[in-house]
Amino acid sequence: MEVGYYGILQTVADLLKLVQKEDIVPAAADKKLFKAGPIIIFVAVFAGFAVLPLTSGFRGAEVQIGLFYLLAIVSLDVVGILMAGWGSNNKYALFGAMRSVAQIVSYEIPLGLSVLSVIMISQTLSLQEIIYQQGVLINEIDASAVNYLFGIKALGIETTNVGGILTWNIFRAPIFLFSYLIFFIASLAECNRAPFDIPEAESELVAGYQVEYSGFRWALLMLSEYGMMLLVSFLGAILFLGGWNSPLPNIGSVALADWTTGTPGSLGGHLWGAFWLIGKALFAVVVQIWIRWTFPRLRIDQLMNLSWKYLTPSAIVLVLLSAIWRLLMI
Amino acid sequence: MRDYWHKISLAKDSVKTGLKLTLKHFKEARHSRDPLYPDDDSYFEQQSGISTIQYPKEVLPVPQNGRYKLHNEIDDCIVCDKCAKICPVDCIDIEPVRAVDEFGKTSDGTSKRIYAAKFDIDMAKCCFCGLCTTVCPTECLTMTSEYDFSEFDVAKHNFVFGEMTPLQILEKKQAFEIYQSEKEAAKKAAPPAAIKPRIPMKPKMGVPSAKPVMKPKMPMRPVVPKQENKDDAPNNKPE
Repeated sequence: MEVGYYGILQTVADLLKLVQKEDIVPAAADKKLFKAGPIIIFVAVFAGFAVLPLTSGFRGAEVQIGLFYLLAIVSLDVVGILMAGWGSNNKYALFGAMRSVAQIVSYEIPLGLSVLSVIMISQTLSLQEIIYQQGVLINEIDASAVNYLFGIKALGIETTNVGGILTWNIFRAPIFLFSYLIFFIASLAECNRAPFDIPEAESELVAGYQVEYSGFRWALLMLSEYGMMLLVSFLGAILFLGGWNSPLPNIGSVALADWTTGTPGSLGGHLWGAFWLIGKALFAVVVQIWIRWTFPRLRIDQLMNLSWKYLTPSAIVLVLLSAIWRLLMI
Repeated sequence: MRDYWHKISLAKDSVKTGLKLTLKHFKEARHSRDPLYPDDDSYFEQQSGISTIQYPKEVLPVPQNGRYKLHNEIDDCIVCDKCAKICPVDCIDIEPVRAVDEFGKTSDGTSKRIYAAKFDIDMAKCCFCGLCTTVCPTECLTMTSEYDFSEFDVAKHNFVFGEMTPLQILEKKQAFEIYQSEKEAAKKAAPPAAIKPRIPMKPKMGVPSAKPVMKPKMPMRPVVPKQENKDDAPNNKPE
């Protein structure tokens, strides 16, 4: 809170400081693994950002299997963590890395299953298409597509041109409220965030797999951790909370959704889209921080318990339910 | 199975309660807490607000009788060497030079007979027990409320309190030597009875051999705690 107005430049100052620092490699470390670890973690996390759409007209790589790519590349992060932990040749680092890997691998299952239920409803792996389906612009990609309230065709209430929060995935298929909950909890564990921060549990493991790192390599680890937080928040916003779509619905002649979405490719479309998506993602980050204030760290058995006995079975049930929901939608 | 659902509902309740509690504190965290010391009456009334302190700009008050950095008011010091003797970690280094005669008085009226050629306190070694301040007869050695004196070089933790220049030290030493030799000459001339008490005094200052040092220390011990207790009672209550 020293640099810039209300400390706004503090992160930049910290980064500059860390870049200048000496690159210390412990004498007993496995030097190749130690040096490569943070780079792999950083690349894995930031490669995930490559496919994220930011607005209706602006996106990263045009990948049709964007969601699959994202989950796959982010999983590589585990390899980097294991390399960092093993290469450090330090008991705390190794403990941290082992815990982290065990945790990430087991939480990838509920995370993947909750993402799978979104894919089953959306019938696509393209992140941009998933977002288009959740708003008033649905007919831009598929002229014949129709959205119904709660996704139930039998109700006969069409929301295609209403948009707003009513066409977000959590409204198109209300079971996604639970899917989002599972996704959110699993994503907290994925990015080693409290209360699932046993990999770096300060009070017992000092800093876990980061313990031997300093200077720029540590900066990379820290950046990746926060990058991961933002990435899963973006993903959650895209999959469940309508991405760059406005939460305001069209009410008769008051076309709030049209006004606050803009046409794709126009300046208005870019600004509104970026505003909504970044706003939603940052809100999820705030919730992550809020959770960190509140809950104590889980023990490893409680952690595994939560994943295997509670999240995974309910995620499987939700996959089945979303298959049924898809039948109601068409 | 019932247990399973019960656990889920318990988890839901505890999550809700916890998040509510932190949200309540978050909403109230608009102003900083007043930097009050625990003996303030309204200390426990401050239940909300920002607890973080922007350290160098904001400082929490420290207790008045807290034990932090040592300070020696050298003008009041009679160089009795008690502090150096009591120190459990030997962080006080004193080199006394005896004066020919009383050369001044401390502020409490004790006469000063020994110059402090060197009075160094190595705060890097100090264990902050405060024994030296309790044995100090003139109360010139005190612990101040300054606790932030970190340095890049550990040698800078050695604080020098002696104010004499090397020239002054040399002058005083020579003056005492001349005085001493005059005494020796006088002793040879006069009957020795008058000077006798002087002789055992001298080895005390230096370190002649192991046994004589040990012996004066033995009676010292019971003397010191007594003094300490006396001073302790009114000054250091909360310890």
